[in-house]
This record gives sequence, C-alpha cells and structure tokens, in this order.
Amino acid sequence: MTECAIRTADLTRDFGSLRAVDALSLEVPAGAIFGFLGPNGSGKTTTIRLLLGLLEPTRGDATVLGLDARSEAAAIRERCGALLEHAGLYERMSAQDNLEFYARVWHLPPGERRARVRELLTGLGLWDRRHEIVGAWSRGMKQKLAVARTLLHRPALVFLDEPTAGLDPVAAAALRDDLTALARREGVTVFLTTHNLAEAEKLCDQVGVIRSGRLLAVGRPEDVRARARRDRMEVTGRGLDARIVDLVKAQPPVESATLADGRLELRVRDGEDTSPLVALLVREGVAIDEVRKGGADLEEAFMALVGTEP
Amino acid sequence: MTPGETDRGVRGPDLGDRGPDDPRRGPDDPRRDPGASDGGLRGLADDVLTIAWKDLREMLLQSGTLRRSLRGLLFSFLVFGVFLPLQIGPDLVRQPAAVLPFAWVPLLLASGMVADGIAGERERHTLETLLASRLSDRAILLGKVVAAIAYGWGFMVVSALVGLVTVNLANAGGGILLYQPEAVLLLGGFGLLGAGLVACGGALVALRAPTVRQAAQNMNLAIFAVVLVPVLLLQALPVDTRRQVMTTLNGLDWGTIVVGAAVLLVVVDLLLLAAAMARFQRARLILD
Repeated sequence: MTECAIRTADLTRDFGSLRAVDALSLEVPAGAIFGFLGPNGSGKTTTIRLLLGLLEPTRGDATVLGLDARSEAAAIRERCGALLEHAGLYERMSAQDNLEFYARVWHLPPGERRARVRELLTGLGLWDRRHEIVGAWSRGMKQKLAVARTLLHRPALVFLDEPTAGLDPVAAAALRDDLTALARREGVTVFLTTHNLAEAEKLCDQVGVIRSGRLLAVGRPEDVRARARRDRMEVTGRGLDARIVDLVKAQPPVESATLADGRLELRVRDGEDTSPLVALLVREGVAIDEVRKGGADLEEAFMALVGTEP
Repeated sequence: MTPGETDRGVRGPDLGDRGPDDPRRGPDDPRRDPGASDGGLRGLADDVLTIAWKDLREMLLQSGTLRRSLRGLLFSFLVFGVFLPLQIGPDLVRQPAAVLPFAWVPLLLASGMVADGIAGERERHTLETLLASRLSDRAILLGKVVAAIAYGWGFMVVSALVGLVTVNLANAGGGILLYQPEAVLLLGGFGLLGAGLVACGGALVALRAPTVRQAAQNMNLAIFAVVLVPVLLLQALPVDTRRQVMTTLNGLDWGTIVVGAAVLLVVVDLLLLAAAMARFQRARLILD
C-alpha cells in the first residue's frame, strides 16, 4: 500500500557552496492538492527537479509514487506530468499538434489520442482554436494548453511550478477553476508551487512553507495559520481613538494595535485570554458594536514564518 | 465519483493498486498503445521517430504557416531542381563531379536543423519540459539527429531527382539520361554520411551554444574549417612536398579512396554521435 504520493527524508541539494534544498522531509498524501509556498530562490523549483529525478540529491532520499527518485527516475517521469517554470509549448505548432506530439511521447493509441485531445481541449474551452499557432495566443491560453498537456496521459501525480505566474487576475482565476475541476475529475495528486497565497488557500488541501531550502511549516492551511501563532481581533464601535490604541497596546496579550476606518484592529498572542481587553474598552467608555476574532490568513502566516523563522 | 476522485482533504486511493480500469498510466498499463514498447530497439525507434516527427514539423512551420514554408521549399526545389540543372545541362548526369553542388545541400540544411533542434529547444524554453517527460536522453538526441539527416538528405535526393527530370525534359529526343553510378554513390552514400557528420557534430556544437544563432555560427565555422583547412595546409606545403603528395594521391586507386573515405566518415560519425550522447544528459542539461 502506498499512502503517500511523495515522501522525502533529509533531501538536500547543494550547488557549489549554495544549499538550494536543506534536509527537506515531507509527506504528500495521494489524491491531495499540495501547495509549496516560498519566496523566489527558496528551493521550490529545485525540489520539483529532485522529485522528477532531473537532478541528483546531494544527500537524503525521495520516493515518488513509491519509486525511488535516484534509481527509478525514468519510471517516475513515466507516471507524472509536469508544468514547469515555462509552459514548454512549441509556439510554431498548433495547439492540436502540441498535444498530438506529447500524446505520441506517452504512447497513447491513435484512437484514444484523438479522444483525449478533444476531451481536454473542449474542457478548457480551446477546442475551436485547436488549429491556431500557439505563439499567437495569450499567456493565459498557453498556460491552459500546458495544463492540458500535463494531464494528457492521465498521470497519477502532476507538478505545477507557479502555474498562474504572470497571468492577470481574471485569467489566473479561470485557470485555477479549470485546474481544480480537472484535478478533482482526474483524481490526480497535485504538487503546486506558488507565490500566490490566496491561490494556495483556495486550492490546496495541504501546504508547506519553504525558505532558503528549509521547510518551515507543513500541514493544512489552517494548521499553518495556527503555526504563525497570531490571532486577530477586530473591534467596531464609538469612542475608539488614539488614546485607546495606546492603552490597548500596553496590555500584555496585545502584539499590535491599529485604528483603521473607525475599527480597532488587534493582533493578540496565540492562546491568550482576550476578555480583559473587552472589559478594559468598556471601562474606558467605548460603546462596542461588535467584536470579531479570527486566525491570521495564510498570507499573514506566511509572512510571519518567512520573516521570523531562523 | 470517478476512479481516483477525492473530496478535498480526503486521502486519495492507493497508488499501487492499478487495476485494468485505473486510468492512470504506467508502462504496465494495458490501455497504452499496444504497438508501442518501452524497452528495446522497438521502443527506442518509436520515440526517435516521435521526436523526428516533431522537429520536422517545427522546421516546416518556421515561416509561420505550412503554406508559406512549402512555398519556400518549392522555391528551393526550383533553384536546385530546375535552374541549376538547366545551367549545367546534360553534363549533370554525364559527369559525376557535376552533382557536387547537390552534395553541399544536406550539409547546410542538416546543420541548421540540428542547431534549431537542440539550441532552439533550450532558447525557447521547451527543453526542460521534454526532459521531464518519459523519453530517454538517447531517444531525444537520436530523434534530433535523424530529423536533421532526413531533412538535409531528403531535400538533396528530391532535388537531384527533380534535376534528372529537368535535364531529360530539356534534352527531349536524346534518349533517357540517368546519373552515373559514381554520382549515385556520391549523392546517396556520401550525402547521407556527410549529413550524418554535420548532424552529429552539429549536435555537439549546439549542446554548448546558448542560442540558435551562436550554434549556427559555430557550425558554419566548423564546416569551413573542415573544408578549407586541408586545402590551406596543402597550399602551405613546400612545392616539392606538395607535388609529392599530389602524385601519391593521383596514384591511388579510386575504389580504395572511396571505401577509405566511407569508412572514415562512418567512424567519425559514430565517434561524434557517441560524444554527443555522452554530453546529452538530463542532469547536465537542466543546469545549462
């Protein structure tokens, strides 16, 4: 039984004196959409290359779909799809020719090849434009076609390296929707790197945060948010002013306090009792309309993690 | 739910369980092309032809549309298949040396094709995706070499055949003219080996070049060096020595020269191919 699509242990890759991936130990469950988050140069792309067996690790092990990334790299690539940093499309050729080529690469029989190309292009709204030269297409359409190419041979696992990078928000949202629908329908495990934290929050069952090659946090998005150990509190009402802000800031549970649009926004330390703060505000004459508490969003958690972790 | 479909957060199915209905493919998947094979020469040949098909298609579409590219090809055939044969006349088929202009064609076309096929893939950022596929390094490289040879040599053969038709039409009433056996050997055998030489050597050059332009420049320099250096060296020899060398060469049996040259070309082709294969490795290319 293989429960994990990806399992790495102490995976490390050096380029000269630079350690691109540093003792990465990770488990990605089969069938999940896993988001790998990190700033530029944090080691996300190198990790994908290691998992696909395109690079040899300096140290450590990686198992992908139960196969060893060092000794069974060809078998891993056989079962995976990859949309890497660049779309990798042949821009002089038509959309259909691009898919036809990769269908041949994966030895799809001619009948199924045609049906599969049609199924994917139709699903992505590109069927009517299949004879057009890809070079003339918008970046959003090219990315959609690249996603279709990645799923063409029904891989068990796909790697998507920043699939929505460089797209305008509308195109990115459309691609995200298509991607989610396709991934769910095809039952494929997705390993996705992204800068876009809102995207990760929407798409991913699990996320990992990496910086300078080191994995800082991993788990469900809500777990990673909790890992940032910050809760937000928002108070609306009358009587909120600079004096109140200074007073609240001086209270032990409060990390920060700001006044914005008549709302008092507080960051409080994780697990601290906030009821004394409310009592304090009432005592100081604030007429409270509403108090809302919530965890940090993934972006805040990410910033906290990459900004403060050693 | 379809096989393998999962809800958000629910762990997916066991990936090791690949029944006949499992749509996810592997080499053991019964739904793969039954004609295709992964191991052995058959599988390699399939993959080589797939790459060659793609490279030739890309080359034919480099002018933007297939129609425009075919127009360009037609123009080239008119030059090599009609204009040149009309200029040379019946000597084209009577004098084996007259086909030498055709023999240059595969060298030039193969060099351009292999530069585009290797340095171009890197320049256009398509190489990494290709390397991330199931294809072996060997299949990718051989596919590119085969495409370059097929393009250069194929163009030359078609041009020579069109030229034969042109000469016969221009010489109507004088009986059917055919190429001399020496010319057929020169075009068929040495044209093919020459195209192989340029394709294999060009692959090595293109692997070290960051752009198509750089690869093409380096290759043109290499071709000129191969052709011109022996001539210049011969010219640089003292008159007596040069005369001695020429006398020795003239005294050689032509059959021996042809066989020797063919063997030499085969050996050099294979050595260059082996060197290119040693250089064409995923882990290295991904970092270039």
